[in-house]
Amino acid sequence: MYYIDPHLHMVSRTTDDYETLSKMGCVAISEPAFWAGFDRGSADSFRDYFRQLTEVEPKRAAQYGIQHFTWLCINAKEAENVELSREVLKLIPEFLDCPNVLGIGEIGLNKNTRNEAIVFQEHLELAIAHDQQVLIHTPHLEDKYQGTRMILDMLGEHSVDRSRVLVDHVEEHTVEHVLKAGYWAGMTLYPVTKCTPSRAVDIIERHGSDRICVNSAGDWGPSKPTAVPDLILEMRRRGHDESLIRKIVYDNPRTFFSQSRNFHLSDPATRGVAK
Amino acid sequence: MNSKQILDREFLEIRAKILEVAAALDRIERANGDVAGDSRMALIADAINVIANDQSDPIRAEKIQLLFSRDYDEKWLEEFALTSKT
Repeated sequence: MYYIDPHLHMVSRTTDDYETLSKMGCVAISEPAFWAGFDRGSADSFRDYFRQLTEVEPKRAAQYGIQHFTWLCINAKEAENVELSREVLKLIPEFLDCPNVLGIGEIGLNKNTRNEAIVFQEHLELAIAHDQQVLIHTPHLEDKYQGTRMILDMLGEHSVDRSRVLVDHVEEHTVEHVLKAGYWAGMTLYPVTKCTPSRAVDIIERHGSDRICVNSAGDWGPSKPTAVPDLILEMRRRGHDESLIRKIVYDNPRTFFSQSRNFHLSDPATRGVAK
Repeated sequence: MNSKQILDREFLEIRAKILEVAAALDRIERANGDVAGDSRMALIADAINVIANDQSDPIRAEKIQLLFSRDYDEKWLEEFALTSKT
């Protein structure tokens, strides 16, 4: 089955992973800007990172017939530095017309601090000013519930088109808040700190398949870039229809991304690989 | 899948996970020191209680998530002195 992984940090992965993803049916990836594992020292570091996301990764992915899309921001963790964040925010508009940029993301909260909230709102204002879609990171573990509610509060105070916003890393206690408010929800299949494939399927069974996507969020930490096929297998083992599985792993992300002017998905049946 | 089929499929996995929790608690108790006053031990006990005793509504996972979550205060925007610019 062809699928799209809507949240995968390929800058942290090897080229071998692209090959494996391609063999498993992955036809497109979207890669939100995120934390590098250390705090960067200057806005210039982000400029180089944005070039990596808009120039280097699309070429690496194309060698395996995978389309690479991306989202730009300064992540929630480094957003604690408001001065640096504002310098990075000024850089972003020059990259928004790059052909693989889908919007602003993954913005959000990390420890739910005032500075993080300030930078989150400034990102939202940038997205609104440039008519961009938004992809949102919610905090982990004990901070998730509080942070998700705070994010929804801030979104509610801004005039965003809710159908163009995806709130990611939802779990059992946050998914309903996100869906009821009219946003898209992303579930991240990630060992220990997020959701397992089994629990993600439970959530789909409880809350339905509309406006829900699943992703691996594979990155430099303990993670599995092929987690979406694990969910496909789990749904099959439970006897779900192929059409429902396809909706979750292909149709839904395609529908959400299609609201971005830069999203043009090739027909998977006729895709080739770059030479 | 019906409930019997799910139980057939998942029984050994559930058994293994319960054993992992039991063994981890044994390990803590065997080790030097005292964590009886650590609030995380109380959280673990509360979570086990949800699993063992809460059979009225199949939302144990959600309840345990909330148990391990920081509280949300709906007045946080005022406390942070933040207002929307749009």
